Amino acid sequence: MKAGVVTFPGSNCDQDVFHVLKNIMDIETEMIWHKDRNLNGFDLIVLPGGFSYGDYLRTGAIARFANIMDPVIEFANNGGFVLGICNGFQILLESDLLPGAMKINDNLKFVCKNIKLKVEDVNTPFTNQYEKNEIIDMPVAHGEGNYYIDQKRLDNLKRNNQIILSYKNEKENPNGSIENIAGICNKERNVFGLMPHPERCSEAVISPGRSDGYRMFASVISEINKRGDQVAR
Amino acid sequence: MDWEVKIETKLKDGILDPQGKAVKTGLKSLGYENVESVHVGKYMELILDDIETEDKAEDMVIDMCEKLLANPVIEDYKYEITRMER
Repeated sequence: MKAGVVTFPGSNCDQDVFHVLKNIMDIETEMIWHKDRNLNGFDLIVLPGGFSYGDYLRTGAIARFANIMDPVIEFANNGGFVLGICNGFQILLESDLLPGAMKINDNLKFVCKNIKLKVEDVNTPFTNQYEKNEIIDMPVAHGEGNYYIDQKRLDNLKRNNQIILSYKNEKENPNGSIENIAGICNKERNVFGLMPHPERCSEAVISPGRSDGYRMFASVISEINKRGDQVAR
Repeated sequence: MDWEVKIETKLKDGILDPQGKAVKTGLKSLGYENVESVHVGKYMELILDDIETEDKAEDMVIDMCEKLLANPVIEDYKYEITRMER
């Protein structure tokens, strides 16, 4: 299998994700430049965290029109796995690959800390290595993670079990996000966006004793391998 | 013909605006007790070159707002188009 990590001007977690996929997860991984217009042979595309285009206008708004995004959207619409982390999540929202929008954090602060999350759903390619309702640790680092969606679409999210990760409770909610939402997937479940950073808690040297991020990458790799085996058979 | 366009975007009514809320608190603490609400938005000025009619300019402005300048999920926009004499 092959994974790709997109670098936009202002991405700053791209190398971290690349490192985890290549060196920790031990899978073939390539960096993809935002000006590229083709995606060939990839099984997983990651849109990393950072501040693409300086967060000008709105977070993710300008990155959404980078050359690479048309092929990313096509890849997603054809069932390819797309993971958006933090700014990557914001870009997925602006691209309409996921519903809703981000607002500035309720407390107007940039929050950078470890946080407790609840795994709401494990029937996704990105969370199959967790237990349902498991409480996990992951760092967050953002100024605009205050997820908003109108009531009708929120009902849809719930009905389709698209809320995958939430902040453990109101008190853990760092940004005012509606229903404590931290991560959602699309209806087809192949596109997943989350504000926390799994790549920052995937190896013992950075986060001793915690591998909660590792299991997110392990989930999607196991899903891709499983599907590969089915194709081979 | 050239056109000057002024565009304002702000969060839709009913969507809590954290910046507006903070500014309101600031104004109140300065003693402006009558401030009932504050909404913070964005203001943009564009100059469009060489478009024959105001209708065409307006179509273009709406398109730009819907695609990029505003996020229709959470924001409303309004605009004003004036012909430039130059």
